[in-house]
Amino acid sequence: MRDSARIEYVLRFGDGALVLAQRLCAWVAHAPVMEEDVAVANVSLDLFGQARMWLSYAGELEGAGRDEDRLAFHRDAREFHNVLLVERPNGDFADTTVRGYFYDLWASLALSELAGSHDERIAAIAQKSRKENAYHLRRSQDWIVRLGDGTQESHARVTRAVDELWRYTGELFIGDDVDAVAVGDGFGFAPEALREPWLERVRATFAQATLDVPPDTWMQRGGKQGVHTEDLGYLLAEMQVLPRSMPEAVW
Amino acid sequence: MYTSISDGIEGAPDGGDARERAFDERLDRALKIEPPDWMPDAYRKTLTRQISQHAHSEIVGMLPEGNWITRAPSLQRKVILLAKVQDEAGHGLYLYGAAESLGTSRDELVLALLSGKAKYSSIFNYPTLTWADVGAIGWLVDGAAIINQIPITRCSYGPYARAMVRICKEESFHQRQGFDIMWTLAHGTAEQHAMAQDALDRWWWPSVMMFGPPDSESTHNVQSLRWKIKLFTNDELRTKFIDQTVPQAEQLGLAIPDPDLRWNDETKHYDIGPIDWDEFYRVIGGNGPCNKDRLQARVDAWEDGAWVREAAAEHARKHGSDAA
Repeated sequence: MRDSARIEYVLRFGDGALVLAQRLCAWVAHAPVMEEDVAVANVSLDLFGQARMWLSYAGELEGAGRDEDRLAFHRDAREFHNVLLVERPNGDFADTTVRGYFYDLWASLALSELAGSHDERIAAIAQKSRKENAYHLRRSQDWIVRLGDGTQESHARVTRAVDELWRYTGELFIGDDVDAVAVGDGFGFAPEALREPWLERVRATFAQATLDVPPDTWMQRGGKQGVHTEDLGYLLAEMQVLPRSMPEAVW
Repeated sequence: MYTSISDGIEGAPDGGDARERAFDERLDRALKIEPPDWMPDAYRKTLTRQISQHAHSEIVGMLPEGNWITRAPSLQRKVILLAKVQDEAGHGLYLYGAAESLGTSRDELVLALLSGKAKYSSIFNYPTLTWADVGAIGWLVDGAAIINQIPITRCSYGPYARAMVRICKEESFHQRQGFDIMWTLAHGTAEQHAMAQDALDRWWWPSVMMFGPPDSESTHNVQSLRWKIKLFTNDELRTKFIDQTVPQAEQLGLAIPDPDLRWNDETKHYDIGPIDWDEFYRVIGGNGPCNKDRLQARVDAWEDGAWVREAAAEHARKHGSDAA
């Protein structure tokens, strides 16, 4: 149990970065302004890089010969452990920005915790990722402010995106047995502890963006345990098609 | 990525006054023309068109390869492709910057593309149907780009020449990644080898056509050569590409789809079979397999993004800072 908890714990971070990177890379060549094609590609590249470190480590912990690609391309949706938030569709630029902001802000807190992990590999991956995340957060937060405090239309769009995505934020702060092992063994943190600092930052940014923080609502959950929204299956079908259709091939 | 440079010359050369003699002298002494320098209107217009076509080609060129980013078959391949397409966006940005230095704004240039008035390289009007097409584009299309663009690093207009130095360095990485994909496929399973051959079959002739019409039909070569905007003719560059690429295909163990291809010991170049120029003009004329889709994708990005650009501008206006 303890080993499998650690593997699943590492997969949660790896799958979160992987699924969000996969979502973001679909924007490249279609962004609202060319500078954003460059920026979204950067964030996506960073997240793929983080995913590769996490998945490689998960594969090593498992010791069954699965490398990053085996884990990325040959698992089904039920075996993915990312939070639901990151698999939500790209929608328009407001949806993508809000999803990114909620994740980036959470990741900034989570990676700071993990940087002090007793597991040296986890700590090292978190320390490297944290530097990248600081840029991602700065960019997504700037866009929240610009869109919220931009035109009537941008304000309306970002408000709708916040209302739509809010119910996927709660899962970031709900612990389970795996988290309990992570805390007990000193390689992870208690997700609940990040909720208040996260909310405090959201309130401050939203105030600057002239946006309202939504009222309490039922929070969707299940991604960490492998019970996803229907969207993840399509994302994986597209991402995995080649290695799945030619399992013998090396690319 | 790359553009096939249009030979179109705008208008006639200006009269022979002192400024023009000074301009000609700079050309003769191989000195660069810089944005504040006087230049003939026709030179300015021709360069604006050439550089902006090149920029449009980078931006439209993101689409065929972008088509495979979400489906790249390994994480390593995915990040390399993503970085490559990102480089193309960067190339587009430098080139629009170089074109703007001649006095036309990026928005004006982009709107000319979206309206269908401005051209981009016709090669991007072909579809990427398999993963091997990503390899073929890097190997052949970027290979052709390098041959076309290296001389432009020595062209007479300073900002264009300098932009091209950096672009060429990145293009050579792109070409190697394409060759590496082809190598892996050609030495992979039978199915992968067939995929690589099929990609070469479909991309070979369009790549050969990238250098533009034969010299015998290219009426504007002379002026562009005189202005040092163009340093070699279309046929010279095409021959160089073929001579370079045929041995690479042999290394890969792939067959070039030209039964007439053979080494000519007299000319010390390869002879090739007839090029289907009807196809070339058909695709340039708007009837390639993807012309409509490529342009529509750019129009959609522009229109769907309008509210974002307006919001950024409005926020900047309220807070007195730059938009982006």
